[in-house]
Amino acid sequence: MGAEFVQLSLTPLAIGILAAVACALPGNFLILRRQALIGDAISHVVLPGIVVAFLITGTISTWPMMLGAAGAAVVAVVLIEAIRRLGRIEPGAAMGVTFTSLFAAGVLLLEQSDTSSVHLDVEHALYGNLESLIWLSADGWGSLLDPQALADLPPELGRMAVVTLLIAVLTAVFWRPLKLSTFDEGFAKTLGIPTGALSLGLVVTAALAAVAAFDAVGSIIVIAMFICPPAAARLMTNRLEVQVAWSIAFAAVSAVLGYVFAGYGPLWFGGNDAVSAAGMIATVSGMILGSACLFAPHRSRVGVPPEPEQT
Amino acid sequence: MLKPFTSALLLQSGYNAALVAVGAALLGFAAGSGGAFMFLRKRALVSDAVAHATLPGVGIAFMVMVTLGADGRNLLGLLLGSALSAGIGLLAVEWITRRTRLAEDAAIGAVLSVFFGFGIVLLTIIQTMSRGKQAGLEGFLLGSTAGMVFEDALIIAVGGACTIAALVLLRRPMTLVAFDPEFAAASGVSVRTVDLAMMGLVLAVTVIGLKIVGLILIVAMLIIPSVTARFWTDRTERLLGIAGLVGGASGYAGAAISASAPDLPTGPIIVLVCFGLFIASLLLAPNRGVLASILRHRRFQVRVHRRQGLLALARGEPILDPLTLAVLRRAGLIRNDGVATEAGRAQSAKVLRDERRWEIVRQIHQNEAVSGRYDGLTPIEAVLTRDEIAEIDRRIGRPVPAEGAA
Repeated sequence: MGAEFVQLSLTPLAIGILAAVACALPGNFLILRRQALIGDAISHVVLPGIVVAFLITGTISTWPMMLGAAGAAVVAVVLIEAIRRLGRIEPGAAMGVTFTSLFAAGVLLLEQSDTSSVHLDVEHALYGNLESLIWLSADGWGSLLDPQALADLPPELGRMAVVTLLIAVLTAVFWRPLKLSTFDEGFAKTLGIPTGALSLGLVVTAALAAVAAFDAVGSIIVIAMFICPPAAARLMTNRLEVQVAWSIAFAAVSAVLGYVFAGYGPLWFGGNDAVSAAGMIATVSGMILGSACLFAPHRSRVGVPPEPEQT
Repeated sequence: MLKPFTSALLLQSGYNAALVAVGAALLGFAAGSGGAFMFLRKRALVSDAVAHATLPGVGIAFMVMVTLGADGRNLLGLLLGSALSAGIGLLAVEWITRRTRLAEDAAIGAVLSVFFGFGIVLLTIIQTMSRGKQAGLEGFLLGSTAGMVFEDALIIAVGGACTIAALVLLRRPMTLVAFDPEFAAASGVSVRTVDLAMMGLVLAVTVIGLKIVGLILIVAMLIIPSVTARFWTDRTERLLGIAGLVGGASGYAGAAISASAPDLPTGPIIVLVCFGLFIASLLLAPNRGVLASILRHRRFQVRVHRRQGLLALARGEPILDPLTLAVLRRAGLIRNDGVATEAGRAQSAKVLRDERRWEIVRQIHQNEAVSGRYDGLTPIEAVLTRDEIAEIDRRIGRPVPAEGAA
């Protein structure tokens, strides 16, 4: 079990956990600011960004694609804001117009360009291929100390670790202004905190998380991890510190359980092929959120009776 | 490029292309007007959750039909399944928003991603089934019109017609709820039922659109036409009609374009045509368009500069601002060397006197609406009667030649 586990499952699990945590961290603030769907929009526009980067460079290499995706995310945010202001349209609809159109453009570009020789298609963009990120040269736990085997780790692991660390550091550094401006923007402004820049920074950080995770695990996990773990955590507590801790725990648990269910679940039911790990991770995070909605201690609104009378 | 496009537009490039074009036009119409109420209710993105929530239903319906020994690709069966799971997703959004402290956007995002993820799991299971290889269920993600047959078009047509009929029947309560839910509740309309009916319409459109546009892009057909229509009208009935036309036109034109060349997928092309109409409306629409507001701003700017310029002339102050000089020169109020013409002197004297009259008005009617209308631009004749002006003039005294005037 040991050798096979290290070779086949250790790296996908680690990448899954890192991606989930990287998305859940900014997700906490997006949820509280009622911008949860920014994550949805970003993960859609990543596709045209990547396709354009591919068309320009002609190769599938990581950094141009990351740049392209991040560029597309910024373009989308600017477009949403422009449409909202110029057309005086409510933000939700402006967002809907922007990300669907950009996604359509991405699909069209993809179909038009000759990408048959490389591994780039819509399905891959949507649900990634976590299972394929295996560590071939590992032959047991000892490989973790073997520099030769370590050099052969999937590059996604290193990138994801760097991005997750960066996001964690950013969250810690900007914790106080972020918390203040999330809960009371007017007060934060009077203290001299640049709330506009902070808000844009949060979106860019979310885009960074989305792009890095997208590269490894596909966009569906990205949306699920932006929203489900922080939303479930929101129902557990009234303190932001505790909420973030819960959300990280939920994200990690979803990644682990989702991966295990996807890989071994079908075997328990007599099947012999694994199912999509990305989809399973999203499903598990949904189940966690569902149970939180039913049983979490702080699930109802403050000041509302447990069974609200609706008209 | 043009020849195949026109022949596709005129339904002459083959049976399948014509079928797709007509189907897409019907779907576009239903989607455009069906999405309008969600847009007015400011809940446009709920349709995103509904659309993504169809995927598990498609998968389950396929598996059930195969288990029962039927053909798993029966469109009606797949659509029924998708409607069922989308309905569950819709209720989940509603339940989370109503019963927990989470906001609607979080509920939408959660339902969207979880249902979609679960759908992907089901798709991978189907791929490993012995008869699942050729299922082509991925076609529902982005739509696939290649294998469309007459029955499929018929389902779309009937579904679209039913949606539009329901829309026409329910438009009054839905308008009421969209604009003033509190008043609707007070007059005995069940807001929750109407909301669910609205979303039911969206659900119907989504399910019908799966085949042509696919579940990721159907959201665009529900949102963009009504946003586009909003630029052109302030009335609900017209909004419904225009949104339907925008949707129908982009469906038809998009299908025709995509039939005219290879490698042009129908769904994305339809969405991009629709986006093109949106951009055109954003820029060109009268009143709410960007061009119109630039013109309005420009006219206002000219008025302000003209008036300030005339005041400066009357007071004998030098005018330095180039725009003011240009405005006055173009109106023939000053000569090229900056000296006031006859007309310029007359008008500046009038402006100065009006300013003085306003001063008196603001002293007399300190707390009244009249004083509030002083913005430096409204001519006094627009506010007061001739007798009132004469009374004010009596207080000021006879007009005297302004300084600087000859």
